[in-house]
Amino acid sequence: MADVVDVAGQAGRFAVKVFQRARYIDMDKCIACGTCAEKCPRKVPDEYNSGLAKRKAAYVKFPQAVPLKYVIDKDHCIYFEKGKCRACEKFCPTNAVNFDEQDRELSLEVGSIVLALGSEHYNPETYDIYGYAASPNVVTGMEFERILSSGGPFEGHLVRPSDHQEPRRIAWIQCVGSRDPHHCGNGYCSSVCCMYAIKEAALAKEHAGPDLDAAIFFMDMRTPGKEFEKYYNRARDEKGVRFIRSRPHKVEPLPDSGNLMVHFTTAEGRVLQEEFDLVVLSIGLQTSPETVALAGRLDIELNSDRFAHTSPFRPVQTSRPGIFVCGAFQAPKDIPVSVMEASAAAAECGELLAAVRGSRVKQVVEPTERDISAEDPRIGVFVCNCGTNIGGVVAVPEVAAYARALPHVAFVEENLFTCSQDTQDKMKEMIREHNLNRIVVAACSPRTHEALFQQTIKEAGLNKYLFEMANIRNQDSWVHQSMPEAATQKAKDLVRMAVAKVGLQQPLAEFQLGVSKSALVVGGGIAGMEAALSLATRGYPATLLEKGSALGGHGLELHAAWDGQPVAPYLNDLIGRVQNHRDIEVLLNAEVEEVQGFVGNFRTTVQAGGKTREVAHGVAIIAVGGRSLEPEEYGRGQSDRIFVNLELDRAISRQDPLVAGARCAAFIQCVGSREPQRPYCSRVCCSHSIENALRLKALNPEMDVFILYRDIRTFGSRENLYRQARAQGVVFIQFSLESKPVVAVTDGGKLQITVQDPVLQHPLVIAPDILTLASAVVSHDTDPLAKQFKVPINAEGFFLEAHMKLRPVDFATDGVFVAGLAHYPKPIEECIAQAKAAASRAATVLARDSIMAGGVVALIHKELCCGCQACLQCCPFGAISYLEQESRCEVNQALCKGCGTCAATCPSEAISLLGFSHLQLYTQIDEALSA
Amino acid sequence: MDTPFEPRILAFLCNWCSYAGADLAGVSRFQYPPNIRVIRVMCSGTVSPHHVIRAFQKGADGVLVAGCHIGDCHYIKGNYMTLKRMDFLAGLIAFSGYQPERLRLEWISSAEGVKFAEVIREFTEKIRALGPAPGWAAVPLAVGA
Ligand SMILES: Cc1cc2nc3c(=O)[nH]c(=O)nc-3n(C[C@H](O)[C@H](O)[C@H](O)COP(=O)(O)OP(=O)(O)OC[C@H]3O[C@@H](n4cnc5c(N)ncnc54)[C@H](O)[C@@H]3O)c2cc1C
Ligand code: SF4
Ligand code: SF4
Ligand code: FES
Repeated sequence: MADVVDVAGQAGRFAVKVFQRARYIDMDKCIACGTCAEKCPRKVPDEYNSGLAKRKAAYVKFPQAVPLKYVIDKDHCIYFEKGKCRACEKFCPTNAVNFDEQDRELSLEVGSIVLALGSEHYNPETYDIYGYAASPNVVTGMEFERILSSGGPFEGHLVRPSDHQEPRRIAWIQCVGSRDPHHCGNGYCSSVCCMYAIKEAALAKEHAGPDLDAAIFFMDMRTPGKEFEKYYNRARDEKGVRFIRSRPHKVEPLPDSGNLMVHFTTAEGRVLQEEFDLVVLSIGLQTSPETVALAGRLDIELNSDRFAHTSPFRPVQTSRPGIFVCGAFQAPKDIPVSVMEASAAAAECGELLAAVRGSRVKQVVEPTERDISAEDPRIGVFVCNCGTNIGGVVAVPEVAAYARALPHVAFVEENLFTCSQDTQDKMKEMIREHNLNRIVVAACSPRTHEALFQQTIKEAGLNKYLFEMANIRNQDSWVHQSMPEAATQKAKDLVRMAVAKVGLQQPLAEFQLGVSKSALVVGGGIAGMEAALSLATRGYPATLLEKGSALGGHGLELHAAWDGQPVAPYLNDLIGRVQNHRDIEVLLNAEVEEVQGFVGNFRTTVQAGGKTREVAHGVAIIAVGGRSLEPEEYGRGQSDRIFVNLELDRAISRQDPLVAGARCAAFIQCVGSREPQRPYCSRVCCSHSIENALRLKALNPEMDVFILYRDIRTFGSRENLYRQARAQGVVFIQFSLESKPVVAVTDGGKLQITVQDPVLQHPLVIAPDILTLASAVVSHDTDPLAKQFKVPINAEGFFLEAHMKLRPVDFATDGVFVAGLAHYPKPIEECIAQAKAAASRAATVLARDSIMAGGVVALIHKELCCGCQACLQCCPFGAISYLEQESRCEVNQALCKGCGTCAATCPSEAISLLGFSHLQLYTQIDEALSA
Repeated sequence: MDTPFEPRILAFLCNWCSYAGADLAGVSRFQYPPNIRVIRVMCSGTVSPHHVIRAFQKGADGVLVAGCHIGDCHYIKGNYMTLKRMDFLAGLIAFSGYQPERLRLEWISSAEGVKFAEVIREFTEKIRALGPAPGWAAVPLAVGA
């Protein structure tokens, strides 16, 4: 609800003018009961559900919105249109509606700015050959996402818009609004649509059953992300999604049935048509006109595809210093890379503002805690009416009276709104006055309000864990609206369960552990160096461990980034800065020997140049990279005319006579990638080969250049390279895994490639002077390092992050992070972004003086532990260790996240999850069933 | 006069997904039968077979254990443990001559208010059709070979 109007000043000191529109609802008062929306008479198409459903003029954008506060849509509100209505105002139980609120202008003083402006979806209305405007049964990928969603317009039932019938045949059409400079001006590839189409097709099959015909029409199937290829293979081989290589030329709405005829031409040139019940257009991402305008106001440069211009060597830096960019505004991209860049942008801000870090921080004073160990439970119960949200259904006075009679209950009160500020003050007063030592609030959900009440009782001198909520709104009055008696009975039961549980609750201690404010970075390639440098720039010393005798890694062999910028100057500068930084210690010929300790307090033994030493560090970043596969096929090794791409890079640079004199060159793609034994895409090779093809063409425009490929995966603006290569006469020939090209090396050392021509359907023979194999990027032997740091690797030896989408550089084990090729094959700019992201995440640990541990964590009662170690295996966070001498297990409370899996595993119930102990759970069970 | 049978169902919901899904059902005002009592646990992996058996011993007619979808567990793999345990437990329940249909495992995300309401409706009706639980104590213990 706020727009940036203008930014003045420069990096380190910007003055930002912001225009904030009025919400007409006071956020402090709104309790998100939804009465305003219920009473509002105006219905508006719901943008969130892509217009497939209706919302009101008083609304929340979507049910999981944060903060969950309503808003009045001025443009559709009847009062703003006609001067009358104000129904919401009349019914709002907290008087949160305020029609007098005004738009306002704010000025902010900031040191740096991050643009996370995202993208809009291409609107296919103008693309009339696909019938989007003509038929309701042609929908966009986003509309289909909403159709599938259980919170969507059809409550997750897969039906088509025209007649709400279940479709039996669905087609997806790729590249609508992408890879198409002629129709829509978007020449680039939107990068995400192939994967989301596969996902949607797979989900559709899950919804509708295996008989559903799901067909995806595509030009190239682009699944170059981590684990994506496996997903694609499963969709095709196990779920039976059909993949048809063709860009349809027409979707024709059929008059009576509402069905659609898809007209397309196969690779061999056959013109076909197929009928479908529903057609999904895989629309691309683009920068919105508003964002383009904002970029103009901010004076940052856009590239020819209208995304923020960045250099591969500074992937999140815009053209204006101090302004950074991340996500889909930088280039179309998926969630994991967006998240990675977000952390990278945070790192850039941290580097820029390192000198003033913490200068505006206010210290909070912690209230002292009352010792209740000698007291019997004295429980206070607060029962909320929530206006009429609870009281309108549940007989609150009856529940309160019931609570009064429960054991250990010393005080009960009914409130109109328990969460209001005056009730909070009252609660503190009552705790003191009645000497209460445990509190139950029967109201809404602990998920939204527990923290608020815990803060209140903390301020009254109670340990915040001496608290429990009974959810008598979201899970009672709201869902049993026509059953007041049953709802009242349920409320009593929930209160009884909460009272019994809290009565058993003991104060839980939280304690602080010191942090070694330095990092260990393993691997001295681009990722490792960038990570170390980022941390050192922010004042955190780093030890950089390199196995080899020099820094640089694969960067030393690469000629240029994808946009043609040479790597060497960047890399030399980086190596220089790393070597000269006083806070970076570089250890060459060095390897990890043993790792001890945990987040904040690692002690790692390293071997460096023949000497052993110990490094104390708070965090570790694994950036050990990968390597190029040595191919064992296509005649490799039988001729010096057969290169891999990195070799060709160098051969071109030094004008190797074999290359300079070549009249015909060929490339074979996916060598070792996307094969059954290595079912992943190496992500970089398509662009790499095309870049080299273009360099060969620049060397000798007369050279015939052939690229033999399975799918060309030039995602994002790399697609422009692909187009350029075709324009310059590079010949692309598609082959499949089943009919791979055959390379023969004749006695005279000449090369001959035979490949099936997909158009003419007969074998084609090429006799190139040089052949380049786009060999896979593979992992090193990562197993030992993975074991040392107790972090996982995937089947192909790449390190496995904590969450594929949301935590792309973290491990489940706190304090250890990953970046670069060690995580998955990726180009330089992504390595740099990921390195900065890892540094950023690491800095969240190093910035702290201490780490909080304790609270809801597991505790092993040693006298009950039999040392069976069942818990040790099941802990997802490696928090449990076996003490050899005592033959018992122990939980490291600094690592424990409180899932309780160990407690449920222990055969002797020797483990308690504090706050959810076995005794408490059994008591709750008993109480639930005692009425 | 006999009161009609009202099933008593206990539900263990993980804090991060299923409990949030139940909250969302409320925010969306999806109505469902008032027969369940919810125990919030941090992760579905907190629920041990003993907890479920205790519920049956204390007279539950049905027990629901719900967590995040596989792959979405807040604690990464807690729900894998749940899956294994509940599978094992269902086998044990069947082996001891009890009705395994009275135990239900569901994956319900924080966005699936609809699903939560549907599961409760369906499960309540199913238990209603099964009738009152025979009582765990009444179940003869299996005699091993
Ligand atoms: C149909 C479809 C399906 C997809 N499926 C997947 C998938 O399955 N998996 C996957 O990984 N990715 C998927 N993606 C891609 C994914 O959506 C993006 O990678 C991701 O959302 C990008 O995040 P972002 O923050 O950069 O942009 P956005 O999500 O677009 O967020 C940008 C935010 O900035 C706000 N904003 C814009 N301008 C301004 C301004 N001037 N001032 C203030 N705020 C502003 C916008 O309102 C918006 O809230 C899909 C995309 C589409 C279109
Ligand atoms: S090739 Fe690119 S633009 Fe086309 S659908 Fe796939 S990801 Fe989208
Ligand atoms: S509660 Fe979870 S995180 Fe903590 S020790 Fe047990 S299994 Fe590990
Ligand atoms: S947190 Fe929901 S199942 Fe683990």
